[in-house]
Amino acid sequence: MPRGRNWRPQLRAAGLALPLVAFVGVTFVAPLATMFSRSVYDAVVADALPETLALLEGWDGESAPGEDVFAAAARELMEAQEERVIGQVAGRVNRVQGGMRSIVAVTGRRLAAAPDGSWRETFLGIDPAWGEAGTWHAVRTAGERYTSRHYLAAVDLRRLPDGSIARQDEDRRIYLRLFARTFLVSLSITGLCLLFGYPLAHFIAHAPPRRAGLLLALVLVPFWTSLLVRTTSWIVLLQGQGVINDILVALGLVSDDGRLALIYNMTGTFVAMTHVLLPFMVLPLYSVMRGIPRSHMDAAASLGAGPAQGFLRVYWPQTLPGVGAGSLLVFILAIGYYITPALVGGSTGQLISNMVAYHMQTSLNWGLASALGAIILACVIGLYLLYERLAGTEGVRVA
Amino acid sequence: MHVAFCAAVLFFLMAPILVIVPLSFNAEPYFTFTEGMLRLDPEAWSLRWYREIATSDVWRSALVNSLVIGTAATALATFLGTLAALGLSSPNMPARRFLMGFLVSPLVTPVIISAAGMFFFYSRMGLGQTHLGLILAHAALGTPFVVITVTATLTAYNTTLNRAAASLGAGPLRTFTRVQLPLIAPGVLSGALFAFATSFDEVVVVLFLGGVEQNTIPRQMWAGIREEISPAILAVATFLIVFAAALLLTVGWLRRRAAGTG
Repeated sequence: MPRGRNWRPQLRAAGLALPLVAFVGVTFVAPLATMFSRSVYDAVVADALPETLALLEGWDGESAPGEDVFAAAARELMEAQEERVIGQVAGRVNRVQGGMRSIVAVTGRRLAAAPDGSWRETFLGIDPAWGEAGTWHAVRTAGERYTSRHYLAAVDLRRLPDGSIARQDEDRRIYLRLFARTFLVSLSITGLCLLFGYPLAHFIAHAPPRRAGLLLALVLVPFWTSLLVRTTSWIVLLQGQGVINDILVALGLVSDDGRLALIYNMTGTFVAMTHVLLPFMVLPLYSVMRGIPRSHMDAAASLGAGPAQGFLRVYWPQTLPGVGAGSLLVFILAIGYYITPALVGGSTGQLISNMVAYHMQTSLNWGLASALGAIILACVIGLYLLYERLAGTEGVRVA
Repeated sequence: MHVAFCAAVLFFLMAPILVIVPLSFNAEPYFTFTEGMLRLDPEAWSLRWYREIATSDVWRSALVNSLVIGTAATALATFLGTLAALGLSSPNMPARRFLMGFLVSPLVTPVIISAAGMFFFYSRMGLGQTHLGLILAHAALGTPFVVITVTATLTAYNTTLNRAAASLGAGPLRTFTRVQLPLIAPGVLSGALFAFATSFDEVVVVLFLGGVEQNTIPRQMWAGIREEISPAILAVATFLIVFAAALLLTVGWLRRRAAGTG
């Protein structure tokens, strides 16, 4: 027997954590993993048209393929029509090349058991697009099981028939702009929260204990209040017939038919998100500031520093961990924000997360939704690791 | 100057929440103060919307669903989370940092991504549109809070107490239930409250995983905000604000208790 370490305490500690690790693994991490596998794997077309795709391997890619490919495609498209997967196949090919949805769907519907002349002529009779190489490139690309096209699409790129990568057409470039917008909005909201939160946290941290407790409660009540309640409040306040517009009209600042559009646009997203995220800035700042003794500022003053210099050279540097933790926390939360923009953002106040929801629920382009989600999550994890270094895993305690 | 600025920020934080309360007593189906309300005309104020939610089957079943899902998810999250926190607080825990990161991942992941992932997986497992599916999902989202609060409480726990109990003949289980658990109970409870509040306010996962049968209060509010906007949701909102204040007071009380015994 080697004189090894005694592993029993380790096993016991691990044994206690194991049930939760297994639980989180099955109920949370595995779902995310299967979703991300969708962003690189899609077998719908590959399963529907196996023989066609195999024959296309030997195709020169310059002009329309030979009769054998047409024959295989005819058989497999008819089968797909029968098994009612033709719609899915058409949708997949359409994502590679716009306009293909109806071509594939109509072809599937109109193909008959026997060709009209050759299969090639039959296809061309249904739609002349089948005579073009581009159409078959689209089919071949959609037939790749493992694909990077969702990630390319998520950053406004696409693969050309010759395999090179090009930018999406001007009018189809939406995601990079949306990522940039989300980033800028998150950054601005973080800045606003810091601007509002820093003085407030300072005020609370150095108030007499009783008053500090009361003031802190005024930050914590919104923090604990349901997100939907807070969003409802902003709708009540900001909408056209809402409280703020009513007050402005009553004061004569705006005319009754010139009511301001404060909601269902970027303004609404901005105001409501700042409100929701502000406590996440105030609380870490408060917990850092409370640990800074008043005597430091007194010492600075006694050494001849004016209030501004004392603040900049003595106080501010000591609060930097709180500033960093609070800012990262707000930024991380803002970047993945969904609920508030969805409810008060209208069409111009949407962020990238709303696009994930759109592709999940409306366009049903789950591969793209997964790719967008994976990119957001990668950003968030990167920022979180940074946050963890600043604040420790337990975080700066909230509430 | 500083005071005025802070007062303004606090006003910004609190006013939107406070404005809901009087508006929920509006006699008219409007979201703003009517002239009668401003004149304090008793006719303009009413309990109409409270009566509406009290007698509405939709809201009642939403409340029941929220409570059932929230309670079950909290129980599961608290049990598993406390166990794990005990392991993670042990100095013998291998790969501690990595595991902690793994276990708090549901907290860090944006909820739309969690919901999208769960949508595929849970449907394939036959858990889509079931209470059980939502309970498991909400428990997963709640566990990080339990792990974090209980781990934090355990850092203040004096482990010699465990050895003292053992020397007096108590087995590990007895030591835990009679000595350690009572002392860390405030941390466990506040973790549980966090987990419950998470489930009680969660809407995105419910939208993706739940069906009509799993209509919860947040989901009903979501529908109310998006579709048939009626002041009834202001009455529900008022109820939720009171609930939030009660939670806040409880957690504050627990924290003071934990500080007293820690």
